[in-house]
Amino acid sequence: MTNREQRVAIVPCSGIGKPFGTVSREAAYEVCEVLRPDRTDLVALSKLVLGERDACRRVATQPAVTIDGCMLKCAATLVRLHEGTIVNEVAVLDVYRRHKDLKPEGIAELNEAGCELARVVAREIAEVVDHVPRSEDLTGADHA
Amino acid sequence: MPSLPERKVGIVACSGEELAVGTVTRLAALRVLHDLRPGRTVTICLPLFLAGGEGDRAFARFHPTITVDGCALRCAARGTARYSGAPAASIVVDELVAGQGLPRPDGRRSLDEAGRQAVDLTATRLAAMVDEVLGAECAESCEREAAP
Repeated sequence: MTNREQRVAIVPCSGIGKPFGTVSREAAYEVCEVLRPDRTDLVALSKLVLGERDACRRVATQPAVTIDGCMLKCAATLVRLHEGTIVNEVAVLDVYRRHKDLKPEGIAELNEAGCELARVVAREIAEVVDHVPRSEDLTGADHA
Repeated sequence: MPSLPERKVGIVACSGEELAVGTVTRLAALRVLHDLRPGRTVTICLPLFLAGGEGDRAFARFHPTITVDGCALRCAARGTARYSGAPAASIVVDELVAGQGLPRPDGRRSLDEAGRQAVDLTATRLAAMVDEVLGAECAESCEREAAP
């Protein structure tokens, strides 16, 4: 990896009351730790609530993918509040509607269907990350 | 005699996704909600204070809250105080663990043994705080009712 690569901020919701919130968190870990660790940064939503400087700068300067577990869309709302650019706004419920066989259950610990739903969400996000232009593509610095 | 709505404590966990201690806050809050003090607690998503409506923001002005933070940034405590109302009590997992001489938790996605111990410790402390907060409220209301 070089510093020239454009990294993507992954911002999951902090939903604690429903399994879909846990799916959003699991999907974020799958992307940032397994699928695209060299191109993504996990950003904690609580830091954006507080306005922590580094987290706010990160979402303001890097393209962001938000993952929300309910229709209140806290992650997307807070990234926009901090003037971030969202390249993909994922609603776990929408992904579930396309995969009705993967009904997530459990909050502290997801069932296997919930884990698989998280992997499906993560794979879709990884594809989006692959299509985010790297810095050199944006600046054209390597071109004559 | 009219029945009054049961008083509950709102637990606000930072849920910090970047750190293992954030995962500890989340699991400890859920342990209290489901196992240790069911029916006496509710959990509140911290981001709702900003992303939700006025009802969410007003919660801590009318209900007691206990915040559970993973690290010294204290996002949950400071965020709750800033956008809703001062929490009745607060915990920082890093401080709690260090105070007990336990190793620092690791594994934000899947906690290690130290993390699981931290969940036990934090949940037990949280449950005691819930009792204290509800007990204090009960005592205050009893005093008000007894006043001439």
